[in-house]
Amino acid sequence: MDLNTIWFILIAVLFIGFFFLEGFDYGVGILLPFLGKEDRERRAIINSIGTFWDGNEVWMITAGGAMFAAFPNWYATLFSGFYLALVIMLLALIARGVAFEYRSKKDDPVWRNRWDWVIFIGSFVPALLWGVAISNIIRGVPIDQNMNFTGNFFTLLNPYSLLGGLTSLVLFTLHGSIFLSLKLTDELLEGTRKFAKKLWLPSVILLFIYVIFGYYDTDMFSKLGVNPGVIPILAGLAILSVGYFLKIKREGWAFVMTGLTIVFSTITIFMGLFPRVMVSSTNPDWSLTIYNASSSPYTLKVMSIVAVIFVPIVLAYQAWSYWIFRKRISTKQKMEY
Amino acid sequence: MDVLTLSRWQFAITTVYHFFFVPITLGLSIAVAIMQTAYYRTGNEAYKKMTKFWGKLFLINFAIGVVTGIVQEFQFGMNWSQYSRFMGDIFGAPLAIEALLAFFMESTFLGIWIFGWDRIPKKAHLASIWLVAIGSNLSAIWILAANSFMQQPVGYVIRNGRAEMTDFFAIITNGHLWVQFPHVFFGAVATAGFLILSISAYQLVKKGKHEVFKKSFKFGAVYALIGSLLVILVGHTQAQYMVKVQPMKMAAAEALWESENPASMSLFTFGDEKNQKDVFAIKIPGALSFLAYNKFEGEVKGIKNLQKEAEQKYGAGDYVPPVAVSYWSFRIMVGAGFLMLFIAILSTIKAYKEKLEFSSFGYKITFWSVLLPVIANTTGWLFTEIARQPWTVFGLFKTADSVSNTVSAGEVLFSLIAYTVLYAVLMIIMISLIKKYASKDVDEIEKEEAEVDNSVLSKA
Repeated sequence: MDLNTIWFILIAVLFIGFFFLEGFDYGVGILLPFLGKEDRERRAIINSIGTFWDGNEVWMITAGGAMFAAFPNWYATLFSGFYLALVIMLLALIARGVAFEYRSKKDDPVWRNRWDWVIFIGSFVPALLWGVAISNIIRGVPIDQNMNFTGNFFTLLNPYSLLGGLTSLVLFTLHGSIFLSLKLTDELLEGTRKFAKKLWLPSVILLFIYVIFGYYDTDMFSKLGVNPGVIPILAGLAILSVGYFLKIKREGWAFVMTGLTIVFSTITIFMGLFPRVMVSSTNPDWSLTIYNASSSPYTLKVMSIVAVIFVPIVLAYQAWSYWIFRKRISTKQKMEY
Repeated sequence: MDVLTLSRWQFAITTVYHFFFVPITLGLSIAVAIMQTAYYRTGNEAYKKMTKFWGKLFLINFAIGVVTGIVQEFQFGMNWSQYSRFMGDIFGAPLAIEALLAFFMESTFLGIWIFGWDRIPKKAHLASIWLVAIGSNLSAIWILAANSFMQQPVGYVIRNGRAEMTDFFAIITNGHLWVQFPHVFFGAVATAGFLILSISAYQLVKKGKHEVFKKSFKFGAVYALIGSLLVILVGHTQAQYMVKVQPMKMAAAEALWESENPASMSLFTFGDEKNQKDVFAIKIPGALSFLAYNKFEGEVKGIKNLQKEAEQKYGAGDYVPPVAVSYWSFRIMVGAGFLMLFIAILSTIKAYKEKLEFSSFGYKITFWSVLLPVIANTTGWLFTEIARQPWTVFGLFKTADSVSNTVSAGEVLFSLIAYTVLYAVLMIIMISLIKKYASKDVDEIEKEEAEVDNSVLSKA
């Protein structure tokens, strides 16, 4: 395996980590105004991700940095091409991050309520837009022979990508509701269990329609034939099993399964993409690949050494932080956020 | 306005804004870590209160620093895609390493620190704030490694129509980096020092002489003194380095039109930028040579000569940066720096006297002195980036060639307005919170926390 392939895999891993971790953060933010009736409840919900959300978001930052370092043309084409969509997402993320920190720093109910809606919108928008973005990358966007995006904002809004956005939105919300069922107590626990049950079926339906659409709208499965292979099937089985685990109240397993759904779906998309990193709908030969978009072999080598040393360290201390703060959050305890 | 102008305004606004918060994060994280170390060692409750008080302000600042940093990372690709293609092979690496090595560390351990009070062992909790401080400052090294390459490209070759890295070690041992990082670092120490000074003075005057703020004032004064003194000394070294590697920047900083030997230093120049001459100027003979070489002789090249040299080297074109902006931003930075040193010395003397009495004038000066490092930080960056023009990467790649070629002026105008409005709103909100937390009674903070808990528990 060459370094270009390894870096493709590594960036896929960063996106998987990002969608898995930040996926439930977004879900928690989306559920906040609906699940939490009064202030202490909302605080408990926010505090359930209080320790983690910032570290989770760094997965996205690192994925962006890794794209820049390993595939500068991918970074340049994608980020300049999807300009307005990314501006909207950045505005949402800026407001959301500040909201977590500032929300409980004043006693004023109006102040707090406003921030709660900022958290909602700030979580809703990226949860939707990431699905839109990823779907467009795999579906293909107009790219000329100089790797320049030639479409506009509305090119990105097509049925397939919007369906992708809706799917990621609902799936992340489900993932978040199940995460909360592992972190909350009492009435809140009951509340989030109800949300999880309600969200499960729509998630299944959306995911399956999305896959069917994928057969028509992308060439993702053309290489694979009618039988898409083990990984997409595992994604399907995982999301189906969530319903069962929710029913028997084994939320730990349900969480693992929504997590695996996200992991396997993301792998499927990256497998369909490989060895391309952005599909050109203008001419397949003008697609960006892991070769024409990449950095020099020397840079890839340097970055590989860095990644081999630091990725395990990061994983270790992030895991440790989840371990320290594994306890459930009760509305009766002292809360930081 | 065209895409290039709008994109430059957007970069300037978002970057300057981001850098309001960064130095406070760099300097205050270490300050809070030192305070907590003092608490850990002595068990003195005053240090604990200090840690909590300044820690809260640190967090209010940190939140905006982090979220505005995301824009920084994304906008190279969004607004400067041509630059990203040309420089990605070199520029992407330090950015990715910054995220992997520094951002994960600071964000994860900050979470542990905020939520870890009384939940994890004291030693681990103390270690976590130190890791936040180390992570933040490591991130500064990596981003400055990237910036230093733009000032002084090293360890590269031009191949396949772009700059490709040939020597990673050369990039992280770039001489420019190791004069620039200390300058940024001590600037950050000074910034945090003045923030502590300013708010401590407010507390001492308005709320009475609480032990926590006597200690804080002393800490802030010494911290500001160390920062101001060293930022000036390092700045001097940095200027001498600049004469060697970016002579045009130095010439612009001094509005030095003709080469001189010995070169005089301008105290005040009112110049005619178009015709490249002075209208009115006060100069100290030989002083610039002294600053450049530590002796009163030696040629410092002027703008006109350097323009000719650049034309020979790079072909026809205008290689003169905006002189007035360079000249004044440099002067404001240096002026603010010396004022900071002066105030820091006086404050340190005051801190070591028993009585911390402030005259009304002295209080006002101390309180508002917090603006000086902010001004110096801002003008310093404006200078270093504007006086590098017309280049983004010095001698290699021009700003005009760097901008995204697929983004329209309308789109950039939209984002420029959106960021500016959002940033302005956040600034207002942040200041309201800083006001609230800076004027809190330190003894009340823990009581309030305890009361909230009790009221909840008694209801249940």
